Amino acid sequence: MRFAARVEVRLRPGIADPEGATIERALPALGFEDVSALATGRVFRFEVEAATEARARERAEALAGALLANPVLEEASVSVCSLEA
Amino acid sequence: MAPRVGVVVFPGTNCEHDVVLALERVGADAELVWHAATRLDHLDAVVVPGGFAHGDYLRPGALARFSPVMGALSRFAAVGGPVVGICNGFQVLTEAGLLPGALQKNRDLRFMCGPVSVTVASSRSVLTRAVPAGTELLLAINNFDGSYVCTPETLAQLRDEDRVVLRYCQNPNGSLDDIAGICNRAGNVVGLMPHPERASSELLGSTDGLVLLRSLVGVGVP
Repeated sequence: MRFAARVEVRLRPGIADPEGATIERALPALGFEDVSALATGRVFRFEVEAATEARARERAEALAGALLANPVLEEASVSVCSLEA
Repeated sequence: MAPRVGVVVFPGTNCEHDVVLALERVGADAELVWHAATRLDHLDAVVVPGGFAHGDYLRPGALARFSPVMGALSRFAAVGGPVVGICNGFQVLTEAGLLPGALQKNRDLRFMCGPVSVTVASSRSVLTRAVPAGTELLLAINNFDGSYVCTPETLAQLRDEDRVVLRYCQNPNGSLDDIAGICNRAGNVVGLMPHPERASSELLGSTDGLVLLRSLVGVGVP
């Protein structure tokens, strides 16, 4: 079965996010005084062939841990869903 | 016979010729090594120079560890071969797990390029074995992701084991503990953000990088 996987990678708490901080500093000038705690991250999407959803999640988590996120700087969250009709 | 030093070239590396020139200046027989190479055992030392290996895609250094040469480099390092990663080369070595920690974006989100003063913090690495601790050197930095970071446990270990090799005199980028360079436990694998090769000629404003490269190649080192 084919599964769609989505991996969100974001900086760990305590790791500087100067890009996020810079965006946040610009917000009041655009009238978004009510927005805070802005953080940047990246999203990866891919497909996995696996027998079960649990196995697909396992593979996506393995890829996130081995390559997509650097564990010193980043953490990842993984979601998968079936592509079968 | 002059020591043979390999200078690894990934697609996107751009400091290799500068490093070769600087190595030749200290008496080494330097040669370029393409990233597809699978053997390094004919070499006396290996330098992973700066640039943008594999375009810095994903993260600086992240994709380089899948190049064939990295397997050979790990084996070379495991048997005590001297390995130095400069700038992007340092990022490659951390991503490959040959050195702990990581390099994050500079504190002020600026690409930084210019002279930088560092202090030799330890003489137990292959890059500093001929330089007494406390020596101040004028080198150059040229990076965006140059701020060293690691877990508190790793930092404690680096300090306890005397593995911080270079510290900035004035921290330019928010680097943890002013760290400009570190080494592995054995001292034969070193990573540093400043470029010794950019301080290898009076024309460049400093020759302080030569003493580091001389340490590495062992020419004139007691």
